[in-house]
Amino acid sequence: MSARLEGWGRLIDRSEPLTYSFNGRDLRGYRGDTLASALLAAGQVMQGRSFKYHRPRGPVAAGAEEPNALVNLGQGARFEPDQRATTTELFEGLVAESQNHWPSLDFDVGVVNNALARFLPAGFYNKTFMAPRGAWKHVFEPAIRQSAGLGRAPKAADADRYEHLYAHYDVVVVGGGVAGLTAARAAATSGLRVLVMEQAPHWGGRAPVDGGEIDRLDPEGWVRNVVEELEKAKNVTLRRRMMAAGVYDHGYLIGYERVADHTPLDGRPRHRLWRIRAGRIVTATGAIERPLAFAGNDVPGVMLASAMRDYLVNWGAAVGRRVVVVTNNDDAYRTALAMHEAGREVAAVLDARPLVTGALATRVREAGIRVLEGRAIAKVHGRKGVTGVAVTAQAGAGGAVEEIGCDAVAMSGGWSPVVHLWSHCGGKLVWDEAQALFRPDPSRPPTGADGEGFVVTAGAASGALTLAGALADGHDAGKAAAKAMGGKVTRKAAPKAEPEEAQPILPVWIMPAEAGPELKAKMWLDFQNDVKVSDVELAAREGYESVEHTKRYTTLGMATDQGKLSNINGLAVLSQALGQDIPATGTTTFRPPYTPISMASIAGEARGELFQPLRRSPIHDWHEANGAHWEPVGHWRRPYTYPRGAETLAEAVNREVNNTRANVGLLDASTLGKIVVKGPDAGRFLDMMYTNVMSSLPVGKCRYGLMCSENGFLIDDGVVARLAEDTWLCHTTTGGADRIHGHMEDWLQCEWWDWKVYTANLTEQFAQIGVVGPKARAVLEALGGMDLSKEALPFMHWAEGELAGIPARVFRISFSGELSYEIAVPAGRGRELWDRLVEAGEAHGVMPYGTEALHVMRAEKGFIMIGDETDGTVIPQDLGLNWAISKKKEDFLGKRAQERPHMADPERWKLIGLETLDGSVIPDGAYIVADGVNENGQRNTQGRVTSTYFSPTLGRGIAMALLHRGPERMGEEVEIPVLGAGKAPIRARVVETCFFDKPGAKQDV
Amino acid sequence: MLTLECPYCGIKADETELAPGGEAHLKRQGPGASDEEFEGYMFARANPKGVHFERWRHAMGCGKWFLAARDTVTLEVYGTYPAQTAAPPKALMEKIEKRQSDRGGK
Ligand SMILES: [Zn+2]
Repeated sequence: MSARLEGWGRLIDRSEPLTYSFNGRDLRGYRGDTLASALLAAGQVMQGRSFKYHRPRGPVAAGAEEPNALVNLGQGARFEPDQRATTTELFEGLVAESQNHWPSLDFDVGVVNNALARFLPAGFYNKTFMAPRGAWKHVFEPAIRQSAGLGRAPKAADADRYEHLYAHYDVVVVGGGVAGLTAARAAATSGLRVLVMEQAPHWGGRAPVDGGEIDRLDPEGWVRNVVEELEKAKNVTLRRRMMAAGVYDHGYLIGYERVADHTPLDGRPRHRLWRIRAGRIVTATGAIERPLAFAGNDVPGVMLASAMRDYLVNWGAAVGRRVVVVTNNDDAYRTALAMHEAGREVAAVLDARPLVTGALATRVREAGIRVLEGRAIAKVHGRKGVTGVAVTAQAGAGGAVEEIGCDAVAMSGGWSPVVHLWSHCGGKLVWDEAQALFRPDPSRPPTGADGEGFVVTAGAASGALTLAGALADGHDAGKAAAKAMGGKVTRKAAPKAEPEEAQPILPVWIMPAEAGPELKAKMWLDFQNDVKVSDVELAAREGYESVEHTKRYTTLGMATDQGKLSNINGLAVLSQALGQDIPATGTTTFRPPYTPISMASIAGEARGELFQPLRRSPIHDWHEANGAHWEPVGHWRRPYTYPRGAETLAEAVNREVNNTRANVGLLDASTLGKIVVKGPDAGRFLDMMYTNVMSSLPVGKCRYGLMCSENGFLIDDGVVARLAEDTWLCHTTTGGADRIHGHMEDWLQCEWWDWKVYTANLTEQFAQIGVVGPKARAVLEALGGMDLSKEALPFMHWAEGELAGIPARVFRISFSGELSYEIAVPAGRGRELWDRLVEAGEAHGVMPYGTEALHVMRAEKGFIMIGDETDGTVIPQDLGLNWAISKKKEDFLGKRAQERPHMADPERWKLIGLETLDGSVIPDGAYIVADGVNENGQRNTQGRVTSTYFSPTLGRGIAMALLHRGPERMGEEVEIPVLGAGKAPIRARVVETCFFDKPGAKQDV
Repeated sequence: MLTLECPYCGIKADETELAPGGEAHLKRQGPGASDEEFEGYMFARANPKGVHFERWRHAMGCGKWFLAARDTVTLEVYGTYPAQTAAPPKALMEKIEKRQSDRGGK
C-alpha cells in the first residue's frame, strides 16, 4: 500500500492542499504534487491499463519516460488525452480519467486480450493483413477496434491560446540539473547571451534526491545559490517547464514551454513554442534508468528504483510498506537507504552481481538490510498489485530459491544517457562497454554552418554518471560552448564533489539469464505497447535482423514514450537473439520531438482568421455587401457569383451570363497579375519569355501571349500591352502573378544578367474592372472623359485618359467574346470607379458577374484556362495554339524542349470541343474511354475532359477535352462513363472548341 | 533548417525566407543543342556527398537570387556569392580546398 509520509516531500507545500478528481472520485493532494505522486499518496498505485492486453498498470517512472500512467485530462474544450500523470502538475479542480479500460479501471472487459495473448504475437497486424480478406473484415477488425486506441479524441475546439516566440542565443543549455547549471554558469561568465531551459517545474534535476555535497553544500542549497546567481546575470534567461523538443540544422532548436498547464484559465497562453537559433547547444539532459526484464515486471508496484526514491523524497509518497530492490548496479542502493530511512521495510536487495562490494552496498548492509548476491527475480506475484517475489539465481533458469512477501519492487537495470538531442541532427554514439550504455561520441558531433560541432553534451548525458564527474563535465561543456562562440570564460574551476567509490555495473538484459519461454513471455520491454522479450526473440527468429524492422514488426519503442524507458533493453535482447554485439545492432533513429508536444502549440496563433492571410481586392467590401458567394483563388477571395433572392448558385450564374451577353456585366479583375517590364532590352527579354514575338508589338496595342517553362510546358498566359518604346505591361493569371514575376527575375538575374531590364509586380497597385457586353460602350460614355469609339480605340488596343475624373488605362480586350473594356485605375480609386459604373450602368441593365460566369463565357468561346486545360504536362501545340508560337524566333524558353520527338508526336491528346448528344452536362474530371481494358481490368482511356459547363447561351452542356488525335476526329461520337452503378455513359460529339460567335463579330464592334 | 547569408543585403537569412533553386552553374542549352546536351541540361543533376553549388533566392527578403557552396554531409556553408557568374569565385574555391584538406588531416 502506498501512502503519504510526514517529514518527506521536498517539492510539496502542505499549506496548500488541492482537490482533484480521478475516475469521478474526489481526492486531495498538495501544491507541488504531480498527478502521479498525488495518486500514489492517495493509495492509488494502479493508474491505467496497457494498450494491447489491457493489463493493470501503475507508474513505472516519475518523469517524461513514463509509459503507463496516461490519463484523459480535462473536460469539454479543454479535454486532452494521453497526458502523463508523472509530468502533470496538480492544480485545484483537475479532472482526470484513466485510459484503455471499459467499463472501469478495476474491471475491464478488454483484459480478455490477456488470455488471448498467445494469439497476438509480434507482427500480429502484419500477419493478419496477410490473412484472407474475409477474416480481417469479420473477425479481426471488429475485435481490434473494440479494444484498440489510447485516450479518446477531443470533440470540442481547443479553448486555449497558444503562441510562437522567436529567439536567438549564443549558448542554449538544455537541462537545469547540476551539470546544466554548472555549464550555464561557466558560459555566462563570458557575457554571451545564454538561455537555460528545464523541462520540470524545478531546478536541480536528480542531485537533491540522490544526495552528496557540492562545494561543501548539500545539492539543494547549491542549486538555490547558482540559480540566484544566474537570475541576477543580465545575459542569462532562465525558463522552467520548457522542454527542448528538437535540434535541427544550423543550430535551430524548438523549445516547448508549458506556460499555464498548471494554472489553467489565468489568461496566459497555455503553451509557447520557442523557435530558437542557437550558436551552441549544451545538452545536459541527464540519463534515464532502465527497467530489468523479469517475469511480471509490469505489475503495479514494480517501478524504477529512482522513481520510487523520487516519489519518496520529492513528494513524500512512499510506494509500498515492504519493498524488494532488484539491481545490477550500485545506484538502486540509494533507494534501499531512502526507504529504510523513511521507516519502510526493505525486505532484501537482490543484486545480479555475484559479489557485491560497493560503498553504497556496505551502507545498506550496515543498516541491517539483506543483500542477496547473484540473485534475481524469477517472477513477481500479484495481478493488480505486488504480493511478493520468487527469488532465483541470476545465472540459472528460474528455479525459486526463496519466496519474499512484499508490496512493491524497485528495479534498476542501469542508466541510459538521454542522447536524443545530440542525435536529432546527426550526432553519433559509441557503446560504452564499462558502463553498459550508449553515449555521445564527442568526435562525431552534429555540425553547423561553420562546419564545427554545435552540440556539446554535459553531465549524465555525456555518460558522466557520478556527481563529481557530472560537475566537471558540465563545466567543460559550458566553457567549450562559450569559447566556440568567441566568448572568454572567466570562471576557472568546476564545482567540486567527493569522488564516489563504485562497483561496475553487470549488464543484465534478461533475468534470470537462462529463463525459458514461459518466463520470457511475461518479461515486458515496451510496457505501453505490451512488447515482451518473447516478441523480440520471435521477430529475430522470423528474420527481422535490422533494429528498425524489429521496431516496426513488434511495435517496440513505438509507444508515446518512444522507447525512452527500455529501447536499450529491447535492442540488447535482439542482439542476444542474433548472437551479435549491441553496437552491431545499433539504435533506432532518434526523432523529434523529445516528448509529445501539443498540436495547438505547433499551430500557435495561426488558427481561425489568422490561419492564412486573406488578400482582398479594392472592391472586396462591395462584393461582400452585395451577397457575393466567394471562391478562394490563391490567397484571394473572388466572387463566384452574386445570387439574388431565392436563386440557386447555378441560376445566378446563368442570369449573369445572359445579362452580360444581352446587356452589360461588371467583373472585378483586380486580382489579375500585372507585371511591368522595362528597359532597353525588355523586348528582347520578352521574346525569350513568351512563345510569340512581343518586341514587334506597336506602342498602344495589346497581344495575347503564352509562357512556357524551359521544359516546354505551358505555365501561364495573358495579354501584353506595350506602354512605351521601352515598356511592356504583362498580364498574368490571378494565381500566377508572384510565380511568373519570380520566373522572370530568375532568368534575368541568373542567365541574362547583362541585359538591361527591370521588372516590377504592380498587381496590387491597380484595380481593374471588366465592363463587358453590347452596352459596355454606352455605360462608359455615360461616365465621360475618353473617346472609346471603335475608331478611337479599336479591338486589341489600349488608351490612357480620365474616366469620371479618375486616371485610367483602358484595354480593349475580351475574354468573353463580347464588346469588352478592362479599365485599370489606381487601386485606391477602384471602388469609386466601380460605384460610378454601377450607377451609370443602371439605365443599361448592368449586373456584376463572378468567376463562374467568366468561366462559362470563356468556355463558350473556346478560350483556354491555365489550370483547367493545362496541368503541367500540356504544351501549347496540344491546345491548338500553334498560331501563338513564333516560327521565326531563333530561341525562346521551351523551344528546344518542344522539338523533342514526343512533343511533336501526332499521337498526343489534343484539345477539342464536346457537345453532348442529349444536351446534358458532363461531370468534371471525366475520362473518354477507348475500347478494351488495361492490365488492371480498367477501361482504356483516350482522353479527358478539361472544362465542362452548362451553357445558358446555347441551352446545353458544352465541354472541352484533350482527345487522342482530337482535331482529326471532328464529328466522331465518343463515350464518357459516369460514376455510380448502373448509370448510362454520356455520348458526345467531337466539335470545334469555339461554341459561340466563331467569326468574333460581337467583340469587334 | 539552414541559415544562409544573402550576399546582396547581408542578412543571415533563415531557410523560411529563402526559396531553393537547385544546382548552380548549369549551362543553358537551347535550340541547336543535341538531345544529349539538352537532356543533361534539363534533367541530369549533381547529387554529391560533399560540396554542392546551389541556387537560392532571398524570396521573403530582397528578392535576389544568389549561389551557395554547401557541404551536403556536414551542412557547412563555405560561402554565398552573387548569381551573376558562370563559376564560383576563386577565393571560395581555395577556401573549400583548404577546409577539406584540414578535415582530411584531422
Ligand atoms: Zn537579400
